This record gives sequence, C-alpha cells and structure tokens, in this order.
Amino acid sequence: MAIERATERLGELDGAPARPWVDAARDFVRRRPLGAVGAAVVLLMLVVALLANLLTPYNPVAVDFAAMLAPPSASHWLGTDAFGRDVLARLIYGSRTALFVGFGAAFFGATVGAVLGVGSAYFGGRVDLYVQRVMDVFLSFPLIILALAIVAILGNNLPNLITAITIPMIPRCALVIRASALSIREMPYIDAARAAGFGHGRIILRHMLPNVMAPYLILLTAFLGQAILLEASLSFLGLGVQEPTAAWGLMLRGAAVEFAEAAPWMAIFPGLAISLAVFAFNLFGDSLRDALDPRLRTQ
Amino acid sequence: MGSLLEVRSLVTQFVTRGGVVRAVDDVSWDVAEGETVALVGESGCGKSVSALSIMRLVAGPAGRIVGGEILFKGRDLLGLSEEEMRHVRGREIAMIFQEPMTSLNPVLSIGRQLTEGLETHLGMGREPARRRAVELLGLVGIPDPERRLAQYPHQFSGGMRQRMMIAMALACDPALILADEPTTALDVTIQAQILELMKDLSRRLGAAMLIITHNLGVVARYADRVNVMYAGKIVERGTAREIYATPRHPYTLGLLRSVPRLDEPERARLAPIDGQPPDLTRLPPGCAFAPRCAFRVERCAAEVPPLVPVAGDGHVSACWEAARLAGVAGR
Repeated sequence: MAIERATERLGELDGAPARPWVDAARDFVRRRPLGAVGAAVVLLMLVVALLANLLTPYNPVAVDFAAMLAPPSASHWLGTDAFGRDVLARLIYGSRTALFVGFGAAFFGATVGAVLGVGSAYFGGRVDLYVQRVMDVFLSFPLIILALAIVAILGNNLPNLITAITIPMIPRCALVIRASALSIREMPYIDAARAAGFGHGRIILRHMLPNVMAPYLILLTAFLGQAILLEASLSFLGLGVQEPTAAWGLMLRGAAVEFAEAAPWMAIFPGLAISLAVFAFNLFGDSLRDALDPRLRTQ
Repeated sequence: MGSLLEVRSLVTQFVTRGGVVRAVDDVSWDVAEGETVALVGESGCGKSVSALSIMRLVAGPAGRIVGGEILFKGRDLLGLSEEEMRHVRGREIAMIFQEPMTSLNPVLSIGRQLTEGLETHLGMGREPARRRAVELLGLVGIPDPERRLAQYPHQFSGGMRQRMMIAMALACDPALILADEPTTALDVTIQAQILELMKDLSRRLGAAMLIITHNLGVVARYADRVNVMYAGKIVERGTAREIYATPRHPYTLGLLRSVPRLDEPERARLAPIDGQPPDLTRLPPGCAFAPRCAFRVERCAAEVPPLVPVAGDGHVSACWEAARLAGVAGR
C-alpha cells in the first residue's frame, strides 16, 4: 500500500501531469468547496446566458397586456411585470447584459490597469510618480460617483456604459499590480532581458506581465462581481441600460417600485439574481486568491 | 590582433546619500578579438559596474557614466542612441549573469526564451528559430533538447540553467561575451564543466570573452590576460602567466597568497589580506590599498601611483614599490 502510494507520488513528480488543468480544477474543488460553489454558479450563469433563447419560450421584450402583473404560475414561473413581460425570460436575457457588461468592463479595467501598473513599476522614477498621482486622483472618487459622472458626460449606450465602469477600475488594478511588479522589476531576469537588447514594450508585455498573472486573475474575478453590481446600480438609477432591453437593474426600477406590494415577484427575483451573481463571483475570486497566493509567495 | 573592445578612462559614479561613489574610476583596458580577458577583484571593487557600463545598463538615476570612451569595433558605445544600443546588446555583446537560478524568467518556456532573441535580433521566423534553439541546447550539452524546449526553468538544475544562459548568450553569435561571475553560484564540479564549456565554445565560435570573477583559480586556467581591480582602479595587468609567476602589486600578491593550494604542506596557513576594502566615497589621497599593504612606504599615503610598465608583454602595475616586489615569489 505504502509502496503503491510512493510510486504514485513518483509518477506525479516525474514531469508535469498529463492534464494539468483537470488536475488543478479537481484540486480546487476538493480544497475550496465554497469557491467551487461560486464557480458552479458562475458557470451556470454563463450557460444560461449562452442558451437564453433555448431556455425560455418567451420574448423578453414582447408586451402581453392579457397577462399583466400575473403572479407566478405554471405558464409564467416567476410571474410577469406591468407590461405582461415574463420575469423569468427577462432574468435569463438579463444575464446576457450583466455578463457582457461585467466581463467587458472587468477585462478592460484589469488589463489596462495591469499594463499601467507594470509599466509604472518598470520605468520607475518620474514616470512612476506621475502615473501614480493621476491614479490617486481617480481613486479619490467612489466607484459609482465616477461611473455616474462618466455616463453623464458620454451619454448612455452600451459601449459608454462599459467605458464608465472600466475607468474607475483601472487605478484600483494598477495600484495592486504595481506593487507586485515592483519586486519583479528587481529580478535578475529583467536585467537579463535588458542586456539581451529587448525593447521596453517587449519587456513589459512579454516578460513582466505574465509574472503578475496571479494577482491579475484575482482582480479580474473581483472586478466581475463589482462591475455587475455597478451596471445594475447605474441601470436602476436610469443611467445604464435603457428600456426595453432586459437588464436586472432595470427590472428593479419604475413599475417594480409602484407595484412592490401588489406584485413583489417583479422586484424579488431580479434582486436575488444580482445578489447571487455578485456573491458567486466574490466567493470564486476569494478562493482563487487563496489558491494562487501561496504560489505567489514561494516564487 | 586588433582591439575588439577598448575602454578608455572610463568613470562611472553612483550618487548616494553618503556621497559620490566612484565605482569605476578612470579605468582603461581592452579585449582583443577572440581573446579571453579576466577582471579580478573582491566584492565592490567595480568589476560588475564595469560590465554594466559597457552594456550601458548602469541603473539610473543614481548611477551614471560620467566620462571616458568605450570603443567597440571602433565605435564609441557611449555616443550611440538608446535604439542603436539595443541592437548591440544581445546581438553583438552578450552577457551571462551571476545567478542562474533567477536570471531566467520562471513563466516563459526555455524554448521561448531562446528563440526570442533570434526572432527580434536576426528576424528569424518561428520554425528556423526553433531549429536553431535545438541546435544551441545541443551545443551547450543539454541532452534531449527537443523535449527540453517545452520545459520551464524550474525543471532545470542550476548547472543546466547556466548552460541555458550560455546558449542564450551565444544565440545571436556575438563578438563579445561578458560573463559576470558565471560560476559563483554553482557547485565546484559544475563550475569546472561550465568554464570548460565556455572556453571551448568561445574558441570554436571565435567570440572574445570578458570573465569577471574573484576566483583566481578560474583566471589561471581560462584567461589569456588579467586585469586586477581594486577600489575602482586597475592596479595590475598582465598575461595570466606573468600575474601568477611574478605579481608586481602587493594586492595581487595578497590575493594569490589567500588561495589554498594542493601542493603546499597540509599545515601551511593561508595568508589573508588584513583589513577591509576602503569606503569608495572617502578614498585616501594616495594609494587606496596603502592602509592594508605590507610593503607600504611614506609616499603611498600621499601620491596615487600610476600604472607603469614593470616587465615585458604589457605587464603593468600601479605600485611605487613594484621593483621591490620583483624579488618576492608569486605562485
């Protein structure tokens, strides 16, 4: 038994495992069950968003005055809203909006922030000083205030909404990434890259960025939850996605407030969807941080 | 043989809170084509800064090359633009670093790190670059190079990483290789292997080499000529044979006497050099080595001795008492 286990261990040590991703995923599920639950919900959301048109027979924007404010029933599982639109259909299609804006904003925010952070750490000196001061200016505004201001300036359509959520995320990411890039800047392999005659851009993008992948991924997942929440908030305030597009924040507004007592399902379910999505992304992000951090330290 | 690299009156300084450190202080030396030259001295004497100055990689804004010329193939490297300098680094002058464990990027595959220089400097395509990388790994004696290309630095041992560093340095067929303490971090048996490999490859490929080391054993075996540095200045220069047999500077003599030898009686004591290297911000007015020197005379404390010829073959020494040392046996 002991020998078998030992030889198994030897097998593991001998080179990389055949399917590193599968092994890593299995390990993650076993060690961080909560994170795995978060990941499962995220996956579920992705599937629902992709297969939206297969999952519900209803058109999320089709008005049906015969079924206005209908309570949950066999035909409308989560009821209908003041225009007779199916709440479940709007939730399902709303996940597309949430994920599209969330992924878009989080990806651009984290990526631009990472490049700025690494560049700032790499050049150091005066460049670092100026970049950091500009970041400080942006950081001094709360996330939502800055996003509101940007939407107000640019006008509200989907690309502008993503821009508005992206911009306040950039300095938050740049700050964290810069801190880990500073230690990488001092590694001999970066001097070696300079001595090999590589340009600044190449060193930043090809040599330093891959080394800050762990904090980058953690920030990305954390930003996803925040971006979804921010999109819902802006939509709720009327500065985000516009009617009749299906969006969770939008479903909480207008008629949902008016009929809060008569038809509570109109507000409860989108509210739950927002909470669950943000919670799932945060759970997943936190576990991911725990899983990646020890490796970061030993590097 | 013409000079490949000629350093003339190079001065490199670091501005610190304690004052200006003259890390390299009016130093001149040269490397002929295909020659192996050693730069010897203890820690902090300016060896590494000399190499970084040639590459123009002295860390600013504290560090600055304030004077002198670095002629490489007749061009002054100090006069080149940053863009032109980038084509010299890695392409014409390659550098091997001291720490093989941290001088390779942990997240890039061995293949990627080898082919990157080939692609950027020589404009090679992906496939030819990969073939050249396999060839290079074979050249530096790494078995099964095809498979190794896909691996990452943590899967390599220290000796293999240093071989890999050599392969990277050789990739673009440079005319000069700067090796900064190439074997210090390795264990003794591996040291010998790596040095043999470097010597053999530089001879076969016709590349000149500058070995920076504090290990005189390395110098004796692998260098053609030796520059001994102390406190930012060159104190003695000559062929490796001359330096060993008839050192003409008390510092060189001290270094030689502090190396253990197999042909001495087991009970012979090593003779270390007394005292500490001087503070480079507050050098004494005369010879920097005077406070630690057993041959010191009055003049040493007042006047800096110039580098003057003491024997044939370009053997020079910066010591007022060089003549007195002629009678003292070296090694």
